[in-house]
Amino acid sequence: MEQITFAGQLFQYLITGLTIGSIYAMVAIGFNIIYDVTEIINFAQGEFVMLGGLIMVMLHVTVQIPLVIAFAGTVMVVTLIGVLVDRLAIRPIRQPSVLTLIIATIAVSFILRGIGMYFWGKDPYDLPAFSGRTPILFFGAVIQPQYLWIMGFLVTIVCGMNLFFEKTIIGKAMKACAINKDAAMLVGINVNLMILLSFAFSAAIGAVAGITITPIAFMEYDRGAILAVKGFAAVILGGLGSFTGAILGGLILGVIESFGAGLISSGYKDAFALIVLLGVLFFKPSGLFGNIEISKIKRF
Amino acid sequence: MLKFSRIPVLIFSVAILLFPSIAQLVPAISHYTDILVFAGLYCLITIGLSLLMGYAGQISLGHAAFFGLGAYFSAVLTTRYGWNPWMVMVAGTLFTSIIAGAVGWPALKLKGHYLAMATLAFGIIVVIIFNEEIEITGGPDGLTRIPGLKIMGFAFNTVERYYYLVWVLVLAIFLFTANLIQSSIGRALRALHSSESAAMAMGVDAAKYKLLVFIYSAALASLAGSLYAHYLKFINPSTFNIFFGIKLLIMIALGGMHFLWGSIIGAIIISFLSYEWLQYFEELEILVYGGILLVFTVFAPGGLAAIPHMILEKVRTRK
Repeated sequence: MEQITFAGQLFQYLITGLTIGSIYAMVAIGFNIIYDVTEIINFAQGEFVMLGGLIMVMLHVTVQIPLVIAFAGTVMVVTLIGVLVDRLAIRPIRQPSVLTLIIATIAVSFILRGIGMYFWGKDPYDLPAFSGRTPILFFGAVIQPQYLWIMGFLVTIVCGMNLFFEKTIIGKAMKACAINKDAAMLVGINVNLMILLSFAFSAAIGAVAGITITPIAFMEYDRGAILAVKGFAAVILGGLGSFTGAILGGLILGVIESFGAGLISSGYKDAFALIVLLGVLFFKPSGLFGNIEISKIKRF
Repeated sequence: MLKFSRIPVLIFSVAILLFPSIAQLVPAISHYTDILVFAGLYCLITIGLSLLMGYAGQISLGHAAFFGLGAYFSAVLTTRYGWNPWMVMVAGTLFTSIIAGAVGWPALKLKGHYLAMATLAFGIIVVIIFNEEIEITGGPDGLTRIPGLKIMGFAFNTVERYYYLVWVLVLAIFLFTANLIQSSIGRALRALHSSESAAMAMGVDAAKYKLLVFIYSAALASLAGSLYAHYLKFINPSTFNIFFGIKLLIMIALGGMHFLWGSIIGAIIISFLSYEWLQYFEELEILVYGGILLVFTVFAPGGLAAIPHMILEKVRTRK
């Protein structure tokens, strides 16, 4: 047995932190996509992650569908759920105010959690890791292959989103909605469709986060709330509405949590991210990369 | 926006005060008195919370934590140090108010969804503390053998006695809050609700009034928590988790946040749902609550209390 050095341990915390931070970053990106287009904070964002994990378990473990097909199927189902959320819960609201929209997304999160509990019960579920669980030893740290998958998916999502928003006409239309909804409508952009797409995309990203995290952290019906709050903490740390901010916010938060749990107290593991959230809200609500001027233009 | 008329309040008060005597005669509903004790405790929270939502237009998901702070403050100091429960109750309410002030002051200066998230985060942190500080709070097992309440030799040791203690307090707080709304504070709050910018231009300090309402509602939640601890004589952290915080929100959305008595109706209905009607459908509980919340948000944003007005409005426009 090789001796575990202190430096090696710190490196281990860093790697674990970046892995879990990648998940928070994915949740944060999901928040931002919906917020940019609709100015809604979607409290059900964590439920997409939960459903992603549990539906993947059903398709891959219970029904034994091969990994890649189950993966694609899960993302599609959760995307469809995201679309339904917009059509059935958000769009029918006749007098949208920040109060009713928050309550509506909270209601949706409860319904989705209820569905999760109805179908899967209260037990946590495991999913086989994508390429086994033989750890890689690297500078004294133990790295699960799944860690690399998670970080890889974050990079893929970020590159994909970048290409989509910069190069495609629909992406540009969504960006136009984010900048000025009325002006976008005037030049003939179908704003309702863009809102629908924003829910679809953030549900899809949530599903990917859920599928990739389940092999290292299990998944159960009520995980959504804590993931949503941590993802929101990442959003606020990075600056609400900032794409780069969401990614860096997520990664920083994951590292803080990992070091906090390792060096200070593992019992308070879940509290660190929330303390960061409260701290940023109170002392620098615009976050690291946020623009306070932009947030003033927004309605909510 | 928060209105109340005297006659329905009078009828309701008489019905509430007579209920235990009627319930004792009918075995099938005799346990309703017990459920209504809990409903009364929830009413204490929802009265304050509906003021916060109906007036200040702010959502708090953290009132379960204020409820918990009151309960733990009472439980810890009376069981471990043997302090007088009534004194602890007052001290706990003050302590929770200070905490609420510290959380609310920065968050209320920000826009709508920030208070919701800040209070959600606060609520989760508080429950983590309840679970982790085992030497003080007893950890996940909670605290037992919390003493009951008594005043000058009279012990509130039966369900009926506690029922009257809680509901007299609820009615008193209800009347106090209703009067508060009619005062200059109430007018300032009403101005804030119709237009924050206009109210601010007239010299109403928006942040100050929102904060006052937030602290008031947190203090009521803490009081309810203390009473809960002395009634049940046992508490553990899971009672105060965010699920309960959202349940409080559902009570208000169901009853109607623009009418003070809506919060009482909502609290009573949800109490019966969770202690009686949904008891055997545990796996559907969350789904039902989510469904209620969504249906009311989309189709009846004013809640049950606004439905008579909606019908009147329909009739009037048809003529």
